[in-house]
Amino acid sequence: MSEVVKKATRDGFGEAITALGRANRNIVVIDMDLGKSCKTGQFMKELPDQYIDVGIAEQNGAGLAAGLASCGKIPYVVTYAAFSSMRMLEMIRQEICYTGLNVRIIGAHGGFTPAFDGASHQAIEDMGLLRTLPGMTVVMPADYVSAKKLVAASETYEGPLYLRLTRDAIPVLYGEDEEFAIGKAHLIREGNDAAILANGDTVRKALEAADMLAQEGIRARVLDVHTIKPLDTEAVTAALKETGRVVTVEDHNIIGGLGSAVCELAAELGCGRVRRIGVQDRFGESAPYERLLEKNGITAENIAKTVKELTAI
Amino acid sequence: MMREQLSVQDLQNKCIDLKKKVVDMICKAGSGHPGGSLSVAEFVTACYWHEMDVDPQDPRRADRDRFVLSKGHAAPAQYAALAMKGFFPEELLDTLRKEGSPLQGHPSMTKCPGIDISTGSLGQGLACAVGMALAAKMDGASWRVYCAVGDGESQEGEIWEAANTAHKYGLDNLVVFLDNNNLQIDGTCDEVMPNGDLGAKFRAFGFDVYEIDGNDMAQMVAALDLARAVKNGKPKCIVGHTVKGKGVSFMENAVGWHGVAPSQAECSQALAELDAQYVK
Repeated sequence: MSEVVKKATRDGFGEAITALGRANRNIVVIDMDLGKSCKTGQFMKELPDQYIDVGIAEQNGAGLAAGLASCGKIPYVVTYAAFSSMRMLEMIRQEICYTGLNVRIIGAHGGFTPAFDGASHQAIEDMGLLRTLPGMTVVMPADYVSAKKLVAASETYEGPLYLRLTRDAIPVLYGEDEEFAIGKAHLIREGNDAAILANGDTVRKALEAADMLAQEGIRARVLDVHTIKPLDTEAVTAALKETGRVVTVEDHNIIGGLGSAVCELAAELGCGRVRRIGVQDRFGESAPYERLLEKNGITAENIAKTVKELTAI
Repeated sequence: MMREQLSVQDLQNKCIDLKKKVVDMICKAGSGHPGGSLSVAEFVTACYWHEMDVDPQDPRRADRDRFVLSKGHAAPAQYAALAMKGFFPEELLDTLRKEGSPLQGHPSMTKCPGIDISTGSLGQGLACAVGMALAAKMDGASWRVYCAVGDGESQEGEIWEAANTAHKYGLDNLVVFLDNNNLQIDGTCDEVMPNGDLGAKFRAFGFDVYEIDGNDMAQMVAALDLARAVKNGKPKCIVGHTVKGKGVSFMENAVGWHGVAPSQAECSQALAELDAQYVK
């Protein structure tokens, strides 16, 4: 087996945002004293005139971003997902979504990835909360390459956008020449016996599960649904109709995120059985990241088992 | 379009025109916030007819001055000004708060021409104004930002986060008007949550502070002129000591007139009282 290359999605963000800033002086980074951690250091060094640090004042940072965007700037508000979603939620609602402004909100350290920091820092609700805001787009890339590409695509994207990152280095899944479009699910593996829909770092677990299933002759389709809103209804509908059995996987509460979005569509179509794998509606704790996933059944083994249970029905 | 610069007397009379429209439109709407719309009226009038360069024919012109009504419930005051300036027909004022109207209960930038940012949930507008002033500085542009903040609203922590940022980035192109009428929904600010010395607070946050009678047009114009003239890298705050409901006797300093529409009879009385205040 070839050696797995690991890179952090936050590094993908840091590189992409610096490249965007170099080419477009309207790109602005708004940090909140977490720049080092969120990888905006290079941007700050190279592009100080496009860089703002508001200190530990997230609500103000969101409003400030709206003010900048109303004047033609393209601000990227950068902090941990727990804060960039929930601490500034109402500011995002009134000043960014209600206005439809081109503000990009970066949620670093999403899900259980700030594992040892404990529940206070583990955003397990962010994508679901932001999904309910009219006009908001919600994205979580699965690896370094797609993070870079989706950040690059966000420059010209119309309207508010939330993009969630992971903390530690995770396996690079994609080649540098693969293309990613916001709102378009990425088909990684063909298969018609079942479909596994995942996003973020759980995509690699979906692939591992698909490998296990393949050994038993079950061909599972794997889709990287990096954008949960707007949901790629075409790809998800096809998965529901063509396989009839869909398992969703996410490092997020099973309420509100990818699993919910897929269930909503399945229920409305009246088609396909869905099982959700994700955080079991409970807070995390200080523990190794993989242990936190495991405790919530977010493992390749459990994904494979769940697919088999579905195929047995 | 250039700045209009009316005499103080003409501004006073313009302000009475504006206040009459405020009372009338809230009466017709059947709901709204007359008290805080009247206390901030002198500031709004001075901004639109003395201070700001805005263009009703091109409301989104990139180098216009910006106006942020952080205390968004005073929307009728800004709507009256925008109508009188020609941003939209004055008849539209009769549609305030009605279904399909661009004149929402609180200002919406996507619905109403001349609104630079949507507000309504308190505490947020100043941060937006700071973002705008920063955008001007980043572009080396000379346009300026005016932001009306309520004293009750100043109980929101985000106001002070934004004040910090304005100071850090030396935003002397930002003028905050603190509408210090000492009333909020549940009572006086002193009863609900004492603000203390708001001028001293803004001074401590690095602002140049001008304390005036916020319903005195001559003082308002002088303060705005001074705020414009002093280019020292410090944001400006005009603390306007105002009277909520100013100009309508039965609304003045009355907590109950925060968010209540006048009846037709009350409206007629208010308009008669305001008519008597024109300066000849």
